[in-house]
Amino acid sequence: MTEALETEAEANTRRRAQVRKSLSRRNRAEKRFKMLGLGSVLAAMAFVAVLFGNILTNGLPAFWQFNIDAEVYFDPEIINVPEVPVQQAGQSDADFRAEMLGWQRRLAMVNWNRILVSSVEGALAEAETADGAGTVTEIDTRSAQSIIDSGARFVLRDMVLADPTIIGERREMQLLLSADGDNWAKGKLSRDLPDDRQQLSRAARDAIDLLTEEGIVHRAFAWHIFTNVDSRSSPASAGLAGAFVGSFYMMLVVILLAVPIGVSSAIYLEEFAPKNPFTDLIEVNINNLAAVPSIVFGLLGAAVFINIFHLPLSAPLVGGLVLTLMTLPTIIIATRSALRAVPPSLRQAALGIGASKTQMVFHHVLPVTYPGILTASILGVAQALGETAPLLLIGMNAFVANVPATPMDQSAALPVQIYLWQGNENRNFFEERTFAAIIVLLALMILLNALAIWLRGRLERKA
Amino acid sequence: MNATPDTSPMGANRIIPSAPASSAGAESRISARDVTVHYGEKQAIFGVSMEVPEKSVTAFIGPSGCGKSTFLRCFNRMNDTIEGCRVGGEITIDGEDIHRPSLDVVELRARVGMVFQKPNPFPKSIYDNIAYGPRIHGLVKSKAETDALVESSLKKAGLWKEVSDRLDQPGTGLSGGQQQRLCIARTIATGPEVILMDEPCSALDPIATSIVEDLIHELREQYTIIIVTHSMQQAARVSQKTAFFHLGKLIEYGETEQIFVNPREKQTEAYITGRIG
Repeated sequence: MTEALETEAEANTRRRAQVRKSLSRRNRAEKRFKMLGLGSVLAAMAFVAVLFGNILTNGLPAFWQFNIDAEVYFDPEIINVPEVPVQQAGQSDADFRAEMLGWQRRLAMVNWNRILVSSVEGALAEAETADGAGTVTEIDTRSAQSIIDSGARFVLRDMVLADPTIIGERREMQLLLSADGDNWAKGKLSRDLPDDRQQLSRAARDAIDLLTEEGIVHRAFAWHIFTNVDSRSSPASAGLAGAFVGSFYMMLVVILLAVPIGVSSAIYLEEFAPKNPFTDLIEVNINNLAAVPSIVFGLLGAAVFINIFHLPLSAPLVGGLVLTLMTLPTIIIATRSALRAVPPSLRQAALGIGASKTQMVFHHVLPVTYPGILTASILGVAQALGETAPLLLIGMNAFVANVPATPMDQSAALPVQIYLWQGNENRNFFEERTFAAIIVLLALMILLNALAIWLRGRLERKA
Repeated sequence: MNATPDTSPMGANRIIPSAPASSAGAESRISARDVTVHYGEKQAIFGVSMEVPEKSVTAFIGPSGCGKSTFLRCFNRMNDTIEGCRVGGEITIDGEDIHRPSLDVVELRARVGMVFQKPNPFPKSIYDNIAYGPRIHGLVKSKAETDALVESSLKKAGLWKEVSDRLDQPGTGLSGGQQQRLCIARTIATGPEVILMDEPCSALDPIATSIVEDLIHELREQYTIIIVTHSMQQAARVSQKTAFFHLGKLIEYGETEQIFVNPREKQTEAYITGRIG
């Protein structure tokens, strides 16, 4: 009896020691795993921080471009055009329109550069007076012209077009510096390079330095990035408006097609389709489609929509269709898993009370899956928004300096614009622009994702 | 494990009582003849036959996995929703086969309501929980009619006093016992003739359980109730007739008092006294 008791006590002690030993092993393993997890989270956050830091430091300066405050004299000698035509009594509309067009053509042929050059000269004279040094900087026409963005010509022309009475007046204006001028003012060009390797002449460089010193050339927020279309002749005024509207149309097509088609297919497959080898095949195919590289969808789009259906090249409609194909499997798979997550008790409750299958799905199952379906749809759309590769294959990498009026017009798209700008030969200027475009695209995506999270929260609270 | 109809002495037909205990003159409205259920290859119910009397409570008891819930779900064809489930034999309500092709299962489920093991109110307001069934079946035309039906259903389920001031609140915000009574009210609202209850109190505490049991007791006067329970005390308290299932077979069916006091079958006795189960 005593012996038995002892052995039992011994056994207990031994067991406890064993448990303690294994416990410390388990604790170590747990600690290791926690550290590993924490480490990966920190690493991921560090990568994101580096990425965003890099993009922001590179891209934000592009939103402030150098401008020159100059007095523009709409010299009637240079703008040598007759009075703006007025429709006479008895003049037909067609005749008047022809006359107006002739007038506008004359206006377009005016040597606007001469006005710009004299504006620069005026600004320079003003700077010299203010500087007080009295050094008279002679600037040749070519150098003066190279300071200002060539797009300024069209700004002046449009001002006269809008209001012909402006001719003969003087206006204080803020004119955009050319890409080279902006680079120089931002200090992105080396000042040690000899003249023959500089993009601007010595006179132009000195003029910019003097004007900057006097505050006549200064930074201003570059709103035109959002309102202008892409431009090659006047890169400083190039903007994202065309690409933005193109992307908007594509997203519209994706939302109108991919979301309803994807959600309905998911509902049918999950709730109504019989289980047989055929539906199994469909399911496998959908899963495979989700893994198909996006560029393949671009090839498919080129082959089907452009070659067979003869839809126009570079059109947001085609881009939207291709992106719809790409987004469909994502939306179907996410919607199906949202439907599958609905507890069977809810289905039983509905069926038990005599609801038909359709009523069960639409009155009870779908409402509780709205948050999931919505999130899936918005994430799918956001993914489509950033997709570049398939768009290259349907001609959306063409240079289009237009805001598309309809989804059938030629257009650029935001990610493709980024691709085009990063390949632009004027690296000094377009590197910054590329990052600026990336910021705009990322901001849009963050906005879309925030919308998804907000809507999800709202719907979940309601449910 | 074969699917031959149950012709053994344990067969139910042999022990159908001649005079039901509840109200005098009640007729058997539900009758099951030789019902079998297969889940794929596996047979769950072996040739069960029974007559369920009208306006009384019939309890199904038996150990876990004995098929009592499966058999219960045959009466409103809930087994149709389970993949690979096949039901054989014949079940009639008022002499009409519930598997006949001309019968829409939706119509059947409006007549045969069901209350589930876990309270499962819709994630909607209390009002909408009750009003949903009558609305889809077209039983109510106006708002006033719906209001009246919601009120009477909640009153029958003994929930009106507790929730009358918060009908617009979500049904899922109620306590477990209240939720289950809401589910019963929801079932009543569609005006069923039969109510199936699948272990309705298994997720409830003793107080909520006794409230629901009292409710079942009252409902008996208007509805034919079949209740599956794993609690023999509950079966003894609420039912007039009791059926004991074991391994997919109906072992014994009779007056509740007789089953508990004087079981004829050895297996019934063993289960009741706690030796199997």
